[in-house]
Amino acid sequence: MENKTNCVEVVRKQKQAGKWVLISFVLLWFFVLIIFPLIGIVRETFKNAISVITSSLSSTASTHAFWLTILITFVAVVINTIFGTIMAIVFAKQNFKGKLFLESLIDLPFAVSPIVAGFMFVILFGPGGWIGSWFYSMNIKIIYALPGMIIATLFVTLPFVAKEIIPVLREFGIEQDEAALILGASQWQIFWKVTLPSIRWGLAYGVTLTIARSIGEFGAVLVVSGSIINKTQTATLRIHDQFTDLNYAGAFSAALILALISFIILNLIQYAQKRKKRI
Amino acid sequence: MSGIMVKNITKKFGDFIAVNNVSFDVKEGELAALLGPSGSGKSTLLRIIAGLENPDMGQIFLTGKDVTPLRTQKRNVGFVFQHYALFKHMTVEKNIAFGLEIQKKDKKEIKQKVEELIDLVKLNGYNKHYPSQLSGGQRQRVALARALATEPKVLLLDEPFGSLDAKVRKNLAQWIRDLHNRVNVTSVFVTHDQNEAIEISDKIIVINRGKVEQIGNATDVYEHPKSKFVASFVGNVNVINANIKKNHIVITGTKEKIQFKEKTEINFQNIVLLIRPEDIIVKDNSTEDTVPCIINGIYYRGSFYEVDLKVGTNNVKSLVPKEDFFKFEWRKGTKVYIRFRKFKIFEASEGHKKVHEMLKQLGYIE
Ligand SMILES: Nc1ncnc2c1ncn2[C@@H]1O[C@H](COP(=O)(O)OP(=O)(O)OP(=O)(O)O)[C@@H](O)[C@H]1O
Ligand SMILES: [Mg+2]
Repeated sequence: MENKTNCVEVVRKQKQAGKWVLISFVLLWFFVLIIFPLIGIVRETFKNAISVITSSLSSTASTHAFWLTILITFVAVVINTIFGTIMAIVFAKQNFKGKLFLESLIDLPFAVSPIVAGFMFVILFGPGGWIGSWFYSMNIKIIYALPGMIIATLFVTLPFVAKEIIPVLREFGIEQDEAALILGASQWQIFWKVTLPSIRWGLAYGVTLTIARSIGEFGAVLVVSGSIINKTQTATLRIHDQFTDLNYAGAFSAALILALISFIILNLIQYAQKRKKRI
Repeated sequence: MSGIMVKNITKKFGDFIAVNNVSFDVKEGELAALLGPSGSGKSTLLRIIAGLENPDMGQIFLTGKDVTPLRTQKRNVGFVFQHYALFKHMTVEKNIAFGLEIQKKDKKEIKQKVEELIDLVKLNGYNKHYPSQLSGGQRQRVALARALATEPKVLLLDEPFGSLDAKVRKNLAQWIRDLHNRVNVTSVFVTHDQNEAIEISDKIIVINRGKVEQIGNATDVYEHPKSKFVASFVGNVNVINANIKKNHIVITGTKEKIQFKEKTEINFQNIVLLIRPEDIIVKDNSTEDTVPCIINGIYYRGSFYEVDLKVGTNNVKSLVPKEDFFKFEWRKGTKVYIRFRKFKIFEASEGHKKVHEMLKQLGYIE
């Protein structure tokens, strides 16, 4: 009897020990990859006098860069929300030839390196490019200008909204739509009263991912924008620029702000995800 | 005629014929059961009536009007889905109000109607609950209330009790029967449970592989099945292989003969006798219309005994009332005699009524 309890005790202790080894491993990993770098940014930023930080943040180049990032993000979110939702509804509810192939293409932006994507757009929309030459003849600049940057951002964020909603829609099936149909609702009413409320948290999640990615995008935007100060330089490009210019105060303070934004977005993501699961 | 009329409806999915030239009608105020095994096309038929599916051929008439070209929204039918299909993000009262809100009814009117319906389906106090907070039976009642809110003339229910446990199911079935008598509506409900169909419907439409096998009330379908399929699908039935030789039936594997009333000169190979367990009478002694057999097993079934018997190469089941059972000392291996109170003859392979009808017309059997 006593022996038995001893045995149980030993097994329990071993299990406990195993658990703590795993937890410490995860903690270590987090520290190396996440916490230390964050602390690093904060420390480096505040090594400088507050006046240096504020002046470097309030320089016209910096404010312009932040405003540009916000503008691009806003446009990307609006377009992605509309087209992503339409795309998701088409893929989840419609049947047509080539659907599987098209759907597999949604993942392409994940697979292609952003830099490569950027070059693709330069080739396509550049002055000598296939579509670009036409736009140039109309006096519309795409590459090294805002349109190109928006297109590049749209490309890298394309999957987020659609990918989040498709499984939600599939899971919901069409029974609720049919129930609404029988009760006399038009397609338009079904979308607003039935479909949208059921996907709203998935959509919110997709939108937050889009925001995060748009703010953070570097590679693709770098290639298509040319990173021209006060013109086509976004926040991430600005950080890079200052960093290579050895202007650490500016780079770190801007980086800190981006890190803060990411932190807020992370919390929004988690909230949306929780709500999505609950519904 | 008002009510529902289904006329020569055919529906194909690719090469597969899901509904094959089906016609039937349901009179105003009737509650009809669409009974058939899984995959027989019941749901498809119901969806065609509601306009959720377009037929390849045929017409649907609701309350005397040809609605075949009408869209679902314009047909004003109530539909209760097998898995309820409640709006998950809406409360009970919002779910019920949905149809009325679409019709842009007056707010006060909607509120009153919703209260009435909640009362009718006995969900008082659950107004603000979400579907996920309700039991299966409660969800089913919300679905019903939602379907009735717009006062449809036609109510379609797809396996309304399918996913409920036996007891709830029985109560709800009876309750729907009562409800149906109270509200003025013509209903069709889909089921693959023959007892449900027999218990609550005015009319049973038996379908199999997309085709109507028989239409009739419960007694018709149970007592006078028109095909081997109906006989075996509706209720329990024994299938005994036999041949007809001149003026009697010979059960396969025996030398025993069942005499016809009159002499005949017909021969039939490979027929089957279909006999309900309660129509096999087990006796202690032989008479001229009995067949000897051996008891294979005896099972207590509460109000009666179920007795397994071996007749030639056939196994059959008989239901024996308790008092009969206690008169004799039967046990496994006892030799007894059985008499068939009533049976149907079908061709073994084709399974249609030809043989029986023929013999009946000739007056050899009843
Ligand atoms: N949209 C569809 N596409 C292809 N085949 C279908 C479709 N809907 C139904 N079928 C086929 O039609 C047949 C009848 O289906 P239906 O759902 O009407 O059967 P059911 O009698 O309701 O069966 P159950 O009792 O299992 O619900 C099935 O074989 C099914 O596979
Ligand atoms: Mg079905």
